[in-house]
Amino acid sequence: MTAVPVTPGPHRLREMSGRAGWGVLAWIVGIAFFLPVLWMVITAFKPESAAETWPPQFVFKPTLSEFRLVFSGMGPFLTHSVVATIGSTILVVLLGVPAAYALSVHPVKRWRDGLFFFISTKMLPIVAAIGPLYVIALKAHLLDTVWLLIILYTAMNLPLAVWMIRSFMLEVPRELLEAARLDGAGRIREISGVILPIISPGLVSTALICVIFAWNELFLALNLTVTNAATMPMYLISSVPQEGLYIAHLSAAATVASVPVILVGWIAQRSLVRGLSMGAIK
Amino acid sequence: MAHVKYVSATRVYAKDAPPAVDALDLDIRDGEFMVLVGPSGSGKTTALRMLAGLEPLDGGRVEIGERDVTFVPPKDRDIAMVFQNYALYPQKTVAENMGFALKMAGVHRDERDRRVREAARLLDLDDALLTRKPKQLSGGQRQRVAMGRAIVREPKVFLMDEPLSNLDAKLRVQTRSQIAELQRRLGITTVYVTHDQVEAMTMGHRVAVLSGGLLQQCASPRELYENPVNQFVAGFIGSPAMNLQTVPLAEGGARLAGTVLSLPGPIAAAAKAAGLRELVLGIRPEHLHLANGSGELAGDVMLVEELGADALLHVRLAEGGSPVVARAEGRRPPALGQHVTFHVQQEDMFAFDPATGARLAG
Repeated sequence: MTAVPVTPGPHRLREMSGRAGWGVLAWIVGIAFFLPVLWMVITAFKPESAAETWPPQFVFKPTLSEFRLVFSGMGPFLTHSVVATIGSTILVVLLGVPAAYALSVHPVKRWRDGLFFFISTKMLPIVAAIGPLYVIALKAHLLDTVWLLIILYTAMNLPLAVWMIRSFMLEVPRELLEAARLDGAGRIREISGVILPIISPGLVSTALICVIFAWNELFLALNLTVTNAATMPMYLISSVPQEGLYIAHLSAAATVASVPVILVGWIAQRSLVRGLSMGAIK
Repeated sequence: MAHVKYVSATRVYAKDAPPAVDALDLDIRDGEFMVLVGPSGSGKTTALRMLAGLEPLDGGRVEIGERDVTFVPPKDRDIAMVFQNYALYPQKTVAENMGFALKMAGVHRDERDRRVREAARLLDLDDALLTRKPKQLSGGQRQRVAMGRAIVREPKVFLMDEPLSNLDAKLRVQTRSQIAELQRRLGITTVYVTHDQVEAMTMGHRVAVLSGGLLQQCASPRELYENPVNQFVAGFIGSPAMNLQTVPLAEGGARLAGTVLSLPGPIAAAAKAAGLRELVLGIRPEHLHLANGSGELAGDVMLVEELGADALLHVRLAEGGSPVVARAEGRRPPALGQHVTFHVQQEDMFAFDPATGARLAG
């Protein structure tokens, strides 16, 4: 066999250049999104004196001093964030699974209304609810406590989680559930022994999304906590220079705050994609 | 062991729709292999699911072994079901799949293991397979695991919903005989749903033919073939299907392919008594005998399908008759385009009322 060189026809050429065009565009968009992040990380390693110069310095002596500074003050904020995030996510999953079950596998009466109610809670701007929330939290003696954040983050993430888990449950083949019924599995067994193992990738991705949302939440934390429950985003806010330039310090704090989300997202990338597209590929 | 009884069992899915299963009366004897067969939408699967307890009844009742189980939950009916897609739990091993029902019933671990192993041996499932997950099995193995899951329960009744439809043709034929043999050995009453009339004929002790939610006929395979009660059963049972043609009645018989085919006495009498001017004439492909020019029916060969042992001739009958299929010996079938004639014996003719589809002089 001899290879015959093929000159691409005009049609093929156009197709190829078209694809290259999209590729270039994708790279430009990707870099545009990534550059500020990269800049943040680089700046975090600069001494404060080199952080804010024009033209920007590309050659500098990297230092960890800003990180040291960040770490020294971050302890309580980090603890609050971790507790509020993990706590609320566990609650969301514990509440979301039975709720989703009651809206999919064995739908309750008027399940459509229930489903709509869940999503409708997301339609009200949170700003409109902050006043009443403040008063309730005050009366319940929950202001500036991590418990308040756990409750609010659970409420905030539950609608989305119910919708997601429900869609995963709908993917479970009906025959399997019927087989379980014939085999004598009750509701609890049906969920724990049959449904949960099948939707576990979806469940993981749901939990991860809840983690990310809770971790990044600022508005509620800012308005309802002061010191006893202040979270990482609030720590970032507190790093914003009031006077003078503390860009390097801010960058270091922001980098530290982003690391968990990036880490979680990266580790769980596969399960996330698999979970979110559970119905699409089959 | 138990016999199963449907007593005017009815299932209506939507208010205005006709019932999916309409007042089904069916007696299934102890140890019998009963096949429910029909085209899609005939209600056969619904009927099975009613027996399983997966589908509620809107009327009538279902009995298993003299006990009215109409309102008994599935797990307490002492039945086991094999699903079309097997419905094996993907995260459980083969052994766990097979033993799940026993575990739910609180059977001790050792006893469970023993029964799972016994069922596996019965089905020629290798011990090494027991620790695998369903995903790691071939289609045929999965099918056997699904069977095994039913067998370990030692139920009163087996329910099978098209368990062979996901296998390739060769394996299907093999498994077909294995299931029939297994059922004979275990002697457990079995209700088997299929749309494949060959499966129905080869496996069932008796076959119930359903159409449009109504039971058409329930009889032995041979009886269905030889004495279909109506046009639907006649057309459904037998492969290739019976040739059915609406023909006008004439003096001395029925007009077909440019000649008057004389009808058997009882049919002619029945048609006359019913005041019919035409009737549906049915002749099976294997009853159209090639007659070397001397037959009553003439036509031209349009297509020859070689099956090896025999050949199927698609023939357009003379004078604008619609095409018929005839079974001819495989060695030397007539060529394409050849003019052929057929002879039909009178006892091989079926006739049906064109309006009701009922058999004339059955």
